[in-house]
Amino acid sequence: MSETPGATVSLEESPTSSEVVLEVKDVTKSFGPLSVLRGIDLSLHAGEVLGLVGDNGAGKSTLVKILSGLFPPDSGRLLLKGREVRFHSVEDASAHGIETVYQDLALIPQLPVFSNLFLNHEITKGGPLRLLNKRKMRELARGYLDDINVYVPNVNTEAGQLSGGQRQAIAVARATRANASILLLDEPLAAMGARESRLIIDLVRNLAKSRNVSMIIIDHNFAHLFELCDRVNVMQGGRITIDQLTKDTSLEELTELMVSSYRSQLQQALES
Amino acid sequence: MAYPVTSPAEPKASAGLPSGGLSRYLWRAFVAQREVTPVIITVALFIFFSVDSSNFLTSLSLNAAAGFAGPVGAIAVGEVLVLVLGEIDLSAGQVFLTTPWVMYWLWQLGVPVGWAIIASLLVACGIGMINGLIIVKLNVPSFVATLATNFILFGIVLIESNDTEATPIPGSLPPQTSSVVPHVGFFGQVIGVWEWSEILWVIALALIIHYVLRQTRFGVRVISTGGNLLGAAEAGVPVQRVKIMCFVLCSFLSGAVGIVDAVKYGSMDPGNAGINYILYAVGACVIGGTALTGGRGTVIGAFIGAVLIGVLEAGLTIIGISTNDFYVYIGLIMVVAMTMNGWLDRLAARTRTS
Repeated sequence: MSETPGATVSLEESPTSSEVVLEVKDVTKSFGPLSVLRGIDLSLHAGEVLGLVGDNGAGKSTLVKILSGLFPPDSGRLLLKGREVRFHSVEDASAHGIETVYQDLALIPQLPVFSNLFLNHEITKGGPLRLLNKRKMRELARGYLDDINVYVPNVNTEAGQLSGGQRQAIAVARATRANASILLLDEPLAAMGARESRLIIDLVRNLAKSRNVSMIIIDHNFAHLFELCDRVNVMQGGRITIDQLTKDTSLEELTELMVSSYRSQLQQALES
Repeated sequence: MAYPVTSPAEPKASAGLPSGGLSRYLWRAFVAQREVTPVIITVALFIFFSVDSSNFLTSLSLNAAAGFAGPVGAIAVGEVLVLVLGEIDLSAGQVFLTTPWVMYWLWQLGVPVGWAIIASLLVACGIGMINGLIIVKLNVPSFVATLATNFILFGIVLIESNDTEATPIPGSLPPQTSSVVPHVGFFGQVIGVWEWSEILWVIALALIIHYVLRQTRFGVRVISTGGNLLGAAEAGVPVQRVKIMCFVLCSFLSGAVGIVDAVKYGSMDPGNAGINYILYAVGACVIGGTALTGGRGTVIGAFIGAVLIGVLEAGLTIIGISTNDFYVYIGLIMVVAMTMNGWLDRLAARTRTS
C-alpha cells in the first residue's frame, strides 16, 4: 500500500493547523484506592482522527467514558471549542455533539437498517400518535448512506442479517447522522477481517475529511491505529506519554518509542 | 455482501419451489410472514372438523370456538407486547378475572356501572404498573414478579368473596331489571351480552396493537428494548418506561376483555384461577410465531394461535373426542408450530440473501 492515509494529507490540510474542538486539561479519576487517570492533557482538532493506544488498565476506556458523559472526572476540565463543559449524562454529551459507538453492539438486530439509523430520532407523522413515516426515513437513509459511501444491500434488511463490518458502518453512520461533531469509537475494527476493516477505515477517513468530524479511536492493534489516525496518543499508567503525528513518524519508530518509554517506566518503578 | 452461506452445495431454496418473477415474489412474501404456520394448521383443522362432522359449521360450535378463542386471544394480544420485550407476564390471566370482579364489587357498593368499569380498568392498569415497577426498579425477573402478583390477586379475590359461588354481573341482567342497570340495552350488548361481541372486541384490539407495534414510534421502542436492551438504552430509548408501559397495556387489555367476558356469561367464579388462561395465552403466542427471546413478535399470529386453540377445543368436542385428548393435541401442535417457524425463518433468510 503506497498511499497510506498519513502520506496523502498535505501540510496545508494538516489537522494540527485547524481549530481545536476538544481540550482535556489535567483530568484525574480514581475508583476507590485505584488511581486510573493521573492528569490527562489532550487536544483534538476539527476533522482529526486521534488514536488512543495503551495496555489494559492504562485508562483509555475510563477517559472515553468521561468524554461520553457516562461519569464525571474527579478533577480537571473539559473544554469544547474553548468553553468549559460538564456532562451529567450520555444525553448531555450527545447534545454537545459527542457520540460514542460501542463496537458493533449498538444496533437492534431485529430492526431494518433504516430504523436503526433513525433509532430514537424517528420521523413521525400524525402528531401525538407518532406514526412512523417509513417512506421518508427509507428515502433519507438511502440518500445519507450514499453520501458517505456506505453500501448495504437494502435499507430494509434487518441489521442482524448484515456482516460485522456493515453493522459497524451503520453504527458509525448513525452517530454522525445526528450531527455529531466528535465521535468516540471503541475498538471499531475488533474481530473484523481485512476487507471489513478496509470498509471502516475508509468510512472513518471519509467522514473526518469530508464532514469535518473529529474522532477519538481506541484500539489495541497498533497497525490499525496507525492507518486510521492522523495522530496517536499513547497512554501508560494513567498518563499520556507519547503524542505523535502519524505523518511525522513510522510504525516502527512509534513502536520503538513506546517500548523505550515502557522500559524507563519500569526502571523508575524498580528503583523506587 | 458476504453473508455466510451454510454450504455451497446446498440446493437453492430447496426443491419444488416456483421460480421466476411473480411466483417467486409471492413465495418470498409468504415465507416472510410469521403467521403462516398457525394459519395453515387452523385451516387444516377447520377443514378436518367440517368434513368429519357436519355439525361443526353450526353457529353453536363456532360460538364455542369463539368463546374459547376470545379470552385466550385477548390475553395473548397483550402478552405479545411483553414477550417482545423479552419478558413474560404470568398475571394477565388473573387480571382478566380480577378486573370484572372489582367492577362487580364496586357496583354492589352502589357505584354506577360506567364508573365501576372505568375504576376497575384503572385497577387493571395499576396492577400492570406494579408489575413493571417491581421488574424495573427492584430488578426482579418478570417470570417471578408476575407469578407473585398472580397469586396475590387470586388470594385477594378469594378472601374478599369468601369463595362464594358465581356472582351475577350487571350488564347481563335480563331487560326487565333494567331499572337497576340503566345501561343494559345497546351498551350491554356492545360490552358483551351479544354473543359475538367479545371476539369482535378481541379482533379490534389485535388489529390496533398490531398497528401500534409495526407502525408507531412506541412499537420501535418496544422492539429495540427487547432486541438489544443495552443498545436501545445507549441510543436514548427510555427502556424502563417502555417496559412499564407494556406491562400496563397487557394488564389493561386483559382486564378490558375480562369485563366483556364476565358480562357475556353473566357470572364469574372467584375460585377460577387465571393461571389456566395465561398458559393457553402464552401457548397461542408461541404457536403464532412469537419467540420468547425478545425482539420479535406478531400480534396477528397470537390471535390466530388463539383461534387455533379455540377451533381445536370446539372441534374435538363436536366430533366426540374426549377433552382430555385436547391437551395432548395442543402440546403436539406447539412443537410442530415451533419447528415450522424455525424452518420458515431459515428459509426466509436464505430467500432474502439469494
